[in-house]
Amino acid sequence: MTTHIHETTSYDADEFGWFGGEAEGFGGRFMPEALMKALIELDEAWQDAKADPTFVAEFDAILRDYANLPSPLYHATLLSDRLGVRVLLKREDLNHTGAHKIRNVLGQALLTKRMGKTRVIAETGAGQHGVASATAAAYFGLDCTVYMGKVDTDRQALNVARMRLLGAEVVPVPSGSGTLKDAINEALRDWVASVDHTAYLFGTAAGPHPFPTLVRDIVRGIGDEARVQAVEQFGGLPNAVVAAVGGGSNAIGLFTAFLDDEDVEIHGFEAGGDGFETGRHAATIQANDPGVLHGARTYVLQDEDGQTIESHSISAGLDYPGVGPQHAWLAKSGRVSYTSITDKEAMDAFALLSRCEGIIPAIESAHAIAGAIKIAPEVKERHGEGATILINLSGRGDKDMGTAIEYFGLGDEGAGARSDKHSGLGEAK
Amino acid sequence: MSTSSVAYAKAKAENRAALVGYLPAGFPTVEGSIEALTTMVEAGCDIIEIGLPYSDPVMDGPTIQDAVQQALDGGVRVDDVFRVVEAVAATGVPTLVMTSWNPIERRGVDRFAQQLQDAGGAGLITPDITPDFALEWIEAADARDLDKVFLVAPSSTDERITMTTAECRGFVYATAVMGVTGARAKTSDLAAPLVARTKQLSPAGTDLPVGVGLGVSNGAQAAEMAAYADGVIVGSAFVRTLLDNRSDEQAALKALASLTEDLAAGVRAR
Ligand SMILES: Cc1ncc(COP(=O)(O)O)c(C=O)c1O
Repeated sequence: MTTHIHETTSYDADEFGWFGGEAEGFGGRFMPEALMKALIELDEAWQDAKADPTFVAEFDAILRDYANLPSPLYHATLLSDRLGVRVLLKREDLNHTGAHKIRNVLGQALLTKRMGKTRVIAETGAGQHGVASATAAAYFGLDCTVYMGKVDTDRQALNVARMRLLGAEVVPVPSGSGTLKDAINEALRDWVASVDHTAYLFGTAAGPHPFPTLVRDIVRGIGDEARVQAVEQFGGLPNAVVAAVGGGSNAIGLFTAFLDDEDVEIHGFEAGGDGFETGRHAATIQANDPGVLHGARTYVLQDEDGQTIESHSISAGLDYPGVGPQHAWLAKSGRVSYTSITDKEAMDAFALLSRCEGIIPAIESAHAIAGAIKIAPEVKERHGEGATILINLSGRGDKDMGTAIEYFGLGDEGAGARSDKHSGLGEAK
Repeated sequence: MSTSSVAYAKAKAENRAALVGYLPAGFPTVEGSIEALTTMVEAGCDIIEIGLPYSDPVMDGPTIQDAVQQALDGGVRVDDVFRVVEAVAATGVPTLVMTSWNPIERRGVDRFAQQLQDAGGAGLITPDITPDFALEWIEAADARDLDKVFLVAPSSTDERITMTTAECRGFVYATAVMGVTGARAKTSDLAAPLVARTKQLSPAGTDLPVGVGLGVSNGAQAAEMAAYADGVIVGSAFVRTLLDNRSDEQAALKALASLTEDLAAGVRAR
């Protein structure tokens, strides 16, 4: 299967990185002048690379031989029985390093080599992107520094160890909220000082132009593969496609192949934390307040003065007060619907999928599962018997076992047999 | 002629560079920042930059970030920034606001510009937005004759310097190093060639002054830069002085005054 990285949709950005146009739209490039040359060069290098069949063939071969792609499209029959619709899982959890993120970094690292740079930096929230970046750096022989919020290094200790083992330097960032947004700030600062020999492997489809487009192009293989697989294995396109949205890379990776299929419903699920109405959440699109963060105009969690409000989610990978600008545009244009899933709903779905299918998902992906559970009755109503929902299972849950142990009290004597504390475990049996 | 150009012209007439001093508003407190900035004016700053504390600065190093975080923790608001501008501008020194973009966008570009003008501000320095993405601000500033200070960097292409200097009013801010703010032991050898390129690529006849910033911390460095730049911009060194004298306000102001005098002598010793 070959990547479709050179294909376009009606929802692409213009050459200045605007989704939906400069006046009303999202994106752009709000960055220090010191980085402008690098961003322009990156854009040009990407345009050139994705049009080069040798580059595309090399990328495809690496994805296949090294990252274990295409990932399977799996008919989750037990979950399907429960939800009354056919559920297809795009198994990105089976990728090398355990998430969709490996696609992004292999693409960007291959581009880095092509551009002749010798060092990469990355920011990471859950640590998945950091692990993927450290992996790609090892694979391509590049120096690698990963910035990670101090709070996140504490809650994702396993991934910190993995990165170090892979040879990356991990820098805990104590400033601000000590989470992903602060790691991005610190990585940008590094980049200002090192841009001549360093590439910034951006972890999600956000940031200044060309990152939202570059990352989208690279990870769109998720949807491209799933589309072909759905047709070949199940005889048609799904009625709905569903993904979790943090910065938005796994979601845009799935959605892109279906954007111009007007019959396919598309749903993104943000992290609702304690619940949108409590204000303690990471549901940036739902909050609907445009601003500029990390180089792009997009929806931002912010106060009246434009100061960023800290986001909250049980999932480190979704804990981000911004979102990729293409998602902002897809929301505003009405093509994709975005709502949020609370921590509790996500953890219930986490337990459910574990017990009912024997698949422990990343908590990020559990948000997508929870979303699918929520919309299944409507999808069935709209599309009738045999309605199909395709869920992006963006990653596996190994990294989240610490959180799960604490949340479900799994360390307690006999916890597995109880249905107390949190309902999810009991219900899922 | 915009207000910072007046200060540059005066310095030029005295055959020296202008001294441009930066502190964030609200650090250590709103009143404290007014006092500190007026002390810097009295001790010889020709132009004042007032930082608008923002939660996610990209261009700031640890010193300024530390101060800005203290200001935010102290509850400083955008309206306080205008209050500081008003007090400092009242001394007669051109007073600009240096700010990340989002607070402007959030308030509304036009409204922000109007409030700045009402406070007597001379204009804005915008480190995280370039003219090609700042059309709304350019329009709002032009309507009010406010200074538009954009940055050029050692990495800037000639084409971008031409584009940037064409949109600047007041002066252009040349970042002497590739890196974030912070005092440095040694001046940068990237600064002089950048200033020369910038002067050469500025629109003919405008005589746009070039201020150099990032890293200057003493009179000797200031003198070195004053040899080729129209203005020497100092931020982290002032902030550091306040951070180092946190517990003693009088000592802080004294130290601030003597640093300013040292730097002011530096820009006269080109
Ligand atoms: C497995 C997994 N899914 C999803 C995400 C969220 O990122 P994005 O919204 O860019 O897909 C992460 C981020 O770390 C992740 O690890």
